[in-house]
Amino acid sequence: MPKTLPKEYYSMLEEIQAIDFAITELNLYLDTHPEDQDAYKQLTELSEEKKKLLKPFEQKFGSIRADGIDDHWTWSKAPWPWQV
Amino acid sequence: MWVYEKKLQYPVKVSSCNPQLAKFLVEQYGGADGELAAALRYLNQRYTIPDKVVGLLNDIGTEEFAHLEMIAAMIYKLTKDATPDQLKQAGLADHYVNHGEALFYSNAAEVPFTATYIQAKGDPIADLYEDIAAEEKARATYQWIIDMSDDVDLNDSLRFLREREIVHSQRFREAVEILKEERDRKKVF
Ligand SMILES: [Fe+2]
Repeated sequence: MPKTLPKEYYSMLEEIQAIDFAITELNLYLDTHPEDQDAYKQLTELSEEKKKLLKPFEQKFGSIRADGIDDHWTWSKAPWPWQV
Repeated sequence: MWVYEKKLQYPVKVSSCNPQLAKFLVEQYGGADGELAAALRYLNQRYTIPDKVVGLLNDIGTEEFAHLEMIAAMIYKLTKDATPDQLKQAGLADHYVNHGEALFYSNAAEVPFTATYIQAKGDPIADLYEDIAAEEKARATYQWIIDMSDDVDLNDSLRFLREREIVHSQRFREAVEILKEERDRKKVF
C-alpha cells in the first residue's frame, strides 16, 4: 500500500473521471443515435480535452494505461484504483 | 480486446470499516442481477444480435466491468481492516473460513455465481427484453442496498451506479425500437 497521496492526485483524477464519464455517456447515446452529428462533435472535442488532462496527471502520478508515455516504467507500480 | 485504465469509473470512498455492508454489496458482485452477470450477459449476446445494436451491447457490457471493479473496491475497502471477530459478527464467518480476506463471486447469501443467471436466446427481442429487465432489477437492488446503508460516502457511489442502470435500460429500450423499425421496414418492401 502506498503512502498517503496528495490532494492533487484526487482532484486531477476526478477531472479525468468526469470527462471520461461524459465520453461514455455520448458513446452509448451515439450507439443508438448514430446520425447525431452534434453529439459526435462533442465526443471528439472531449477526447481532445481528455488528452490534455491525462498528460500532467501521468507525469506526476504515473501512467493510467500500460502504453502511456512517461520517462520510466510506472504502470505496474502501486497505487491501484482500489487502494486509493 | 480490451485495454485497462488504472482508475475507477467513479470515485469510491467509504466512511468506515463495515463488513456487514460489504456482505450486502456482494449481491451486486456475483449475484443474479449483479455486475458480473450483466457484463457476461451482454458481451455474450453481442455475437448473434443484429449489427445495428452490437455496438451498444459491446459498450454497455464493457462498462459493466467498470462497475464490477467499483463494487470490488467497495467490498475491499469495507473489509480490509476488519478482524476475524468483526467478520464473524457481520455473518461472514463462513466466507472467511473458505476464502480468508479474498473476494469471491457469490451473492449476499454466499451462493456461488452461476451461468444459469443469464440467458442467450438467439432472438434479438427476447435478449433485449431480458437486458432491460436485468437493468431494472439491478437498479432496484442498488436502491435496497442504499436503504440498508448509512455510509454517506459509499451511498454517493451507489447512487452513481443506480443511475447508470437507468441509462442502460433507456438505451436498451431504444435498441428494441431500432430493431422493430428495421423489421417493419423489411415487411414493407
Ligand atoms: Fe448496467
